[in-house]
Amino acid sequence: MEHVITTLPAFGPAMPEILLGIGAIVLLMFGAYGRENETRIVLIGAIILFLVAALVILGDEAGRVETFGGMFVSDAFTRFMKLLILFGSGTAMMMSHSFIKQEGMERFEFPVLMILATLGMFMMVSANGLMAVYLGLELQSLALYVIAAFNRDNARSSEAGLKYFVLGALSSGMLLYGMSLVYGFTGTVAFEPIANLLANGETPIGVVFGLVFILAGLAFKISAVPFHMWTPDVYEGAPTPVTAFFAGAPKVAAMALIIRILFTAFPTMLAEWQQIVVFVAIASMVLGAFAAIGQNNIKRLMAYSSIAHMGFAMVGLAAGTETGVRGVLIYLVIYVVMNAGVFCCILLMRRKEGMVESIDDLAGLSRNQPMIAFALAMLMFSLAGVPPLAGFFGKFYVFMAAVQAGLWPLAIIGVLSSVVGAFYYLRIVKIMYFDEPAEAFVKPVPGEINAILTVSGIFTMFFFIYPAPLLVAAQYAAAALTP
Amino acid sequence: MIATAIAFYVFASITIAAGFMVIASRNPVHSVLFLILAFFNAAALFVLMGAEFLALILVIVYVGAVAVLFLFVVMMLDVDFAEMREGILQYMPVGALVGIMLLIELGLVLGAWVISPEAGASMAAPMPDIGQVENTRALGRLIYTQYAYLFQTAGLILLVAMIGAIVLTLRPKNPRLKRQVIADQVGRTRAEAVEMRDVEPGQGL
Repeated sequence: MEHVITTLPAFGPAMPEILLGIGAIVLLMFGAYGRENETRIVLIGAIILFLVAALVILGDEAGRVETFGGMFVSDAFTRFMKLLILFGSGTAMMMSHSFIKQEGMERFEFPVLMILATLGMFMMVSANGLMAVYLGLELQSLALYVIAAFNRDNARSSEAGLKYFVLGALSSGMLLYGMSLVYGFTGTVAFEPIANLLANGETPIGVVFGLVFILAGLAFKISAVPFHMWTPDVYEGAPTPVTAFFAGAPKVAAMALIIRILFTAFPTMLAEWQQIVVFVAIASMVLGAFAAIGQNNIKRLMAYSSIAHMGFAMVGLAAGTETGVRGVLIYLVIYVVMNAGVFCCILLMRRKEGMVESIDDLAGLSRNQPMIAFALAMLMFSLAGVPPLAGFFGKFYVFMAAVQAGLWPLAIIGVLSSVVGAFYYLRIVKIMYFDEPAEAFVKPVPGEINAILTVSGIFTMFFFIYPAPLLVAAQYAAAALTP
Repeated sequence: MIATAIAFYVFASITIAAGFMVIASRNPVHSVLFLILAFFNAAALFVLMGAEFLALILVIVYVGAVAVLFLFVVMMLDVDFAEMREGILQYMPVGALVGIMLLIELGLVLGAWVISPEAGASMAAPMPDIGQVENTRALGRLIYTQYAYLFQTAGLILLVAMIGAIVLTLRPKNPRLKRQVIADQVGRTRAEAVEMRDVEPGQGL
């Protein structure tokens, strides 16, 4: 009888993940065996869990550390992305607090599934090999499918969940097909060995095929054109806080994954993937700008807006440089914060008979709730990219990176499509301030929503006064990725 | 050697024939039965390749659980499969086109396949000799050590699937829902549970 001796891997770098995993299971047990209606406590517990995880990440000062046989990596880039994901998930969790009570979907599984989805996103961000990528992605997606259909007595919510599931399964299939090709032609699933193998000698055609399929699968997750078809329907059908969640954290995680894969596994294939990223960026920006014009449902409008914003973020990625990655990171932070604020405003669109989602319902908001109308107007100007608001700086850094990399046409198309996009953002401002007032929304505004809206509004308006912390952090994170 | 080759071709051709019959047979129950036949033959192919663990897993999980579940679903749901198939000719050209394109791509990819000399060096774990370490032990050594992280993640994914299935289907307030109350079960007496009847021969109750 022979024995194999293995040493325990270092758990320290994965502390946030371990914390979230154990926390989710503990809260699940608490909800399942607690008395009736423990949802409130589980939800608050989940928010505290996120705060603790954020503190653990902030306290981690180490450089690049790999653990679990090199399948898990922790560095400045993963910490930056995880904090942003925690912000997105945490705000969505807070937004859902009063919503799930009002809509009769108050069940303790909701926060638990959101924790598990966040855990999946963490694993995606920290993945250092194709297998870890896939498992993290599936953990995230599976939890998201269930949350989309969480309001199961509502036909549109169920439809959203089912549609998301079927198309998500298709994209996972493409991703796996690509991964199997890459594995077949390189003989390894770890990122650095793939890069080392590709560095010497010609790139086999199978790896190019595999890369295309992997990018297609991941483009689906950030809803980039031409894999965006699910977005408007899912965003419209899913409960509003869930839509806010979908528009923020999962996109950050998928974008982090795309950056990580392209920069650590395929840095030598820049010429090949740059074409794809440029095409996807242009198509997303243009389609997002034009398709949103005809929308009257504000959640559908935000869906097209998010498609366009992912296109803008990919402009920085297309540059293929450290400056480009820094631009993407800054863009994502600003996008997630603005997005949280806008969805707070959408959650306030409630009349006596229930939630309303039409843009015309916003008419007269400037008279009924002037502060909220002002905040929403600022957010809309910022989404459109009007200086000196935060949204302008996001676009500025990605376009600068593209210009520095010699991608002039891409930057010009981006600027032009953001001009087109400004039309529908400014239309909302016009409806709020100049149209015939409609019936007022129900007051009072829940405290947590007010708080998020205030933070988002202040960040958007005053970012230009003191942008240094974000710029430095993004610079540091991008540098960790490109040695 | 020749016996192995004959066995391979027999099992492989039965697998393909059964796979074809799965989509060709009119009765859905027959389809599932052919699927089980295909699984069994695929398991036999695994045994021929020396992968006895995979073969047994295929039989236990796919035949024992998945296919039997399919069989139940097919028998319990009254779905008219003939009607569902009516539109198939309409989609045939597009489907065939996509299939042919994928086939050409696969051909292109496989045609360019060269095993690079560096590939062997980057292998995560070389395959042990089957004479010394059997499959099950070799897999166990890897899954619970090197791949423990992935193994745990897979466990979490199954947990999410379980929570999802319960959240989306269970209605705790449903009056038809029957819960197990152990106290009631234990508290049952003989008088409540058993009833003596005289049954006349040939008449029944």
